[in-house]
Amino acid sequence: MAAKKLNIKDKYRLLTRDLDWEYSYSDRKEAFPYEDFEGIKITDWSKWEDPFRLTMDTYWKYQAEKEKKLYAIFDAFAQNNAHMNVSDPRYVNALKIFLTGVSPLEYQAYQGFAHTGRQFGGVGARVACQMQAIDELRHVQTQIHAMSHFNKFFDGFQEYSHMHDRVWYLSVPKSFFNDARAAGPFEFMIAIGFSFEYVLTNLLFVPFMSGAAHNGDMATVTFGFSAQSDEARHMTLGLEVIKFLLEQHEDNVPIVQKWIDKWFWRGSRLLTIVSMMMDYMLPNKVMSWKEAWEVYFEEAGGALFKDLARYGIKMPKYADVIEKEKEHISHQAWWTFYTHGHAAGFHTWIPTDEELDWLSEKYPETFDKYYRPRWELAKEMEAKGERFYTKALPQLCTTCQIPMLFTEMDDPTQTAYRDSVYNGERYHFCSDGCKDIFDDEPEKFVQSWLPVHQIFQGNCGGPDVGDVLSDFYHMNLGADNMDMKGSPDDLRWKQWKGVA
Amino acid sequence: MAVKAITPDYKGEVLDKFENFHGNQVVYVGWDHHMMFCAPFAYPVPPEMTFETLRSEVMTEAFSLHPEYAQIDWDKASWMLDGDAFTPQADVALKDQGVGHKSVLRFSTPDLKGYQGAGV
Amino acid sequence: MSKVYIALQDNDESRYIVEAIEEDNPDVTVIHMPAMIRIENEGRLSIRRETVEEKMGRDWDVQELHINLITLGGNVEEDDDELSLHWNE
Repeated sequence: MAAKKLNIKDKYRLLTRDLDWEYSYSDRKEAFPYEDFEGIKITDWSKWEDPFRLTMDTYWKYQAEKEKKLYAIFDAFAQNNAHMNVSDPRYVNALKIFLTGVSPLEYQAYQGFAHTGRQFGGVGARVACQMQAIDELRHVQTQIHAMSHFNKFFDGFQEYSHMHDRVWYLSVPKSFFNDARAAGPFEFMIAIGFSFEYVLTNLLFVPFMSGAAHNGDMATVTFGFSAQSDEARHMTLGLEVIKFLLEQHEDNVPIVQKWIDKWFWRGSRLLTIVSMMMDYMLPNKVMSWKEAWEVYFEEAGGALFKDLARYGIKMPKYADVIEKEKEHISHQAWWTFYTHGHAAGFHTWIPTDEELDWLSEKYPETFDKYYRPRWELAKEMEAKGERFYTKALPQLCTTCQIPMLFTEMDDPTQTAYRDSVYNGERYHFCSDGCKDIFDDEPEKFVQSWLPVHQIFQGNCGGPDVGDVLSDFYHMNLGADNMDMKGSPDDLRWKQWKGVA
Repeated sequence: MAVKAITPDYKGEVLDKFENFHGNQVVYVGWDHHMMFCAPFAYPVPPEMTFETLRSEVMTEAFSLHPEYAQIDWDKASWMLDGDAFTPQADVALKDQGVGHKSVLRFSTPDLKGYQGAGV
Repeated sequence: MSKVYIALQDNDESRYIVEAIEEDNPDVTVIHMPAMIRIENEGRLSIRRETVEEKMGRDWDVQELHINLITLGGNVEEDDDELSLHWNE
């Protein structure tokens, strides 16, 4: 009789749980030194369950299949010069942000999950983190491959890794992950595994990628959805982590709540850049940032928190502020990049009249009242031959490192100012959320590498901003930066398409 | 506890202390209800600089792009320093009137409502 | 009760999976977006191997779902016969 095929549960037990061993000659605490210092109490790791019960053999089998499909599409994309099929060359600038700002985070996630997986005493969690670490490495590789095609035809892709470590706005995503990775393993899991993966990555990888498809970019939508198919597994890992911690000990509840409050706030700040990619950088529209936020944050996140309420977990602190921000942040962010277009590694532009009307329609409460006048002013200046580029450097938030571009949400023409004095030094924040995070762990955030201050300290070359951009950031001035109109990207595109 | 760390009594290095700015201090300046400038500006200036020099020389380059900037009646503008009402003394050094390293100066001009009256 | 959801890549295999989901969960809402299909339901949603096999006309392993999956929301339960999503509240 042929051997009976193992069912999923038995196979999972044999190929995951049975990989663990007892520590006969070594102290378990020395083997897992990071498990205690955050105050999390684990009484029984065997209660851990991985809902997908994916074992390593199945993992390799399906990942290999995903990769084959993905690379067939990359090949077809390159062979058919499919960059010519994108809706509008302005769209490609969103990919420049993706490659410089997001793909390096995939690498940081790989490092983070590899480290965290090593530090967990429970084998189920270790195997799940190992798979996720490999996934994240796959994501950074596939993204670089996909976008290497665009690098042959468009400016701004060539120094993504160097830029990620230096450029002013890229310190925002970089420091976000540095913060998570410098935390203990349990906070890392709540930060990235739960808050980031469960709610926030959906906003980038689902509606934005659907937007990539809608703008004719087959390569990006395919790497996006291929990555997100791993994310579905990551999301269930994130949810499992939180349920496991909450079920293990009641003392874990307030610690986990504090991390949720911190990381949902940090995550919504980080996603500001995605909001403007959705609203301003996709020429063919799928949905507005506000609509995406309602589906993936309010509806999906709301369901999640309702489910977690029985453990005593509440909605993240400042959820009420976050709700108001969906009306504003994409506009405030794109204005910031437009007015700093000389210092960005991608092109910016004034939205077309049709696009301004679409924004009015999608944001009836706020766009015409607060944001359309900014674009009227920009148009007026451009018509006079004085395209508006800001002439001084902005103040930054110490926690999120974003320029202080956010307004009071109940008074959208007024910059929000918050500050704290710690050990005689004054620190500035864009919001109560960012101030709370600093006040809770000031010794961590006094170390913020704030790009504007670093320039002033002479640590980024100079003396002029132009020198910093070209020598320290490695931007090709006149090609990578400035307005889309008249840029080499714009001129090449017109030449390819045979239009004047 | 000032940080949750595995190292006892962990202390972070303060990257933005005054000593790191080669004699300058950082002063931030923002114009209330004028969102043409997406964020307050940051200026590295000597603590000995007078307020008048900051206002009439340092600030002009960036702020003067605003169509209303030339219309400001500086005698009527009101100021805040680090969140409190503040009456600047034109010929006094910044450091001698409480404008320190990483202080925020805000000015408001209630008669000027911003581009198109929209707070821009 | 909150909505659970699953999103699949819009391709030939997914179309059978969506048909199977619609048959087994008559109240689902199917939303077509560029390159993806989003399926939502109040409280619970099941993807049953047997139904998918019938639609596809071939053997189908529940874990094959990973190949076409984009995202999901809800607590996941998976065994050899089905994958289900649910919210407790």
